[in-house]
Amino acid sequence: MRPKGVFGVSVPGSGLGKGLAVTIKTLVTRSTTQQYPDVKPELPPRSRGVIALREENCTVCMLCARECPDWCIYIDSHKEEVVVPGAARPRQRNVLDQFDIDFSLCMYCGICIEVCPFDALFWSPEFEYAEHDIRNLLHNKDRLGEWMETVPPPQPHDHRGEPSKEEANAAKKSGAA
Amino acid sequence: MLPGMQWLELALRVGAVTVAFLVLPLLVGQTEHKVMAHMQARLGPMYAGGFHGWAQLVADGVKFIQKEDITPRAADSPVFKLAPGVALIPYLLALAVIPLGPGDLVGEPLDIGLFFVLAIVGVGVVAVLMAAWSSANKYSLLGGLRAAAQLMGYELPFVLAAASVAMAAGTLSLPGIVEAWEPWWLIWQLPAAIVFFISGLAEIRRPPFDMPIADSELVFGYLTEYTGMRFAFFLLAEYVGIVVISALTATLFLGGWHGPMAESLGWLWMLLKTAAVAFVVIWLRVAWPRLREDQLQRLCWLVLVPVSLLQLVLTAAVRVAMVQS
Repeated sequence: MRPKGVFGVSVPGSGLGKGLAVTIKTLVTRSTTQQYPDVKPELPPRSRGVIALREENCTVCMLCARECPDWCIYIDSHKEEVVVPGAARPRQRNVLDQFDIDFSLCMYCGICIEVCPFDALFWSPEFEYAEHDIRNLLHNKDRLGEWMETVPPPQPHDHRGEPSKEEANAAKKSGAA
Repeated sequence: MLPGMQWLELALRVGAVTVAFLVLPLLVGQTEHKVMAHMQARLGPMYAGGFHGWAQLVADGVKFIQKEDITPRAADSPVFKLAPGVALIPYLLALAVIPLGPGDLVGEPLDIGLFFVLAIVGVGVVAVLMAAWSSANKYSLLGGLRAAAQLMGYELPFVLAAASVAMAAGTLSLPGIVEAWEPWWLIWQLPAAIVFFISGLAEIRRPPFDMPIADSELVFGYLTEYTGMRFAFFLLAEYVGIVVISALTATLFLGGWHGPMAESLGWLWMLLKTAAVAFVVIWLRVAWPRLREDQLQRLCWLVLVPVSLLQLVLTAAVRVAMVQS
């Protein structure tokens, strides 16, 4: 059915007037075009651009590699003995040899970051790492470490949201004591 | 006057008209780039020349020069090559007789200026038919025939509307018409102004009257086979056409150089009025869809021609009443 104009009567040619009104309104409205290569986009703080690695936090627990739906994380390590003075036996610790993420496979689900128990993986909003050769999308642990600089500080909690589990627990403990 | 002065003055006038012929269409074209972009919530050209892409059309021109100039093997070569020139020259001549300001500020003050302009703008159809027929391309030919039907039809209301003003002013000279113009003519000649503007749009085949080009149906109509500079000339002709139609509308119906301090600033008023009409031309292109071929003819013969005939009657009646009182 045709839309009706004033008094239920559609005026012939009213559509032409509407067209003129829409275009002139758009003309005087500021365009929202982003001048991307000249002006960097303002990305929201939790943007999923690239995954950064803080190597010293990694314990080679392999959780990320195992949870990754695409199997795009490759980890290799060896064990080293650490002699602790005063201890009965030398301790063993894992040393990371290889930590690669293949961004040609990664689907940016962020499960590896969620699952990491030691805060070794972070989201960075950086996204300008396109390559001419797909093989160069395999970032090794040095390259992943470089992204750490671009990781934004954690966002403050929403002041009207639920308190974090740690906060709630602490409050409960202090209340009980 | 010294004999040498005459030639100097002539050279000056021809030079000024040529400069206007080359600069104003570029201004209109750049305005169209930007206005159309912003009406579509875009930014338009932003790079060429640095500041908001002001040199975009210069860059386009450089690109057109570099392109290969192709003449199809089956084409009628001399006619094919001549057509862009035939499209362009009439508008240059038309610009020469349109008054810019009071007094002698006109390329060539012709006594039958209006008659001359209407005749010479009608030559455009010849260029279109030449381009269409010589291209040896069925889409070109279809476009050309559409253009011929359109231009033949719209010539009539175009001329009748202009005749109304000529009758009101009692002269065919364009400076004379502007001289005789009074503000209340805006009401008196309003139907003629609207008819003249609409059929002027159809004359220069601007959207919503771009049936001859109709790129969704006819590739690019009579321009399909053109490349490089010849194509650029046709495009230039379209934009000079906008300038000419806008300037004519401003001269005949909007009072040309009339305005505050017309003696010294008349040229500015004329340019501003022309620019305002040109803006409307661009605006209509962005806002309105193309007419179908039958709608196009229907609008011409069933609306514009009767309205312009009624306007002629009205003009004559008011004129007779004025003379008798």
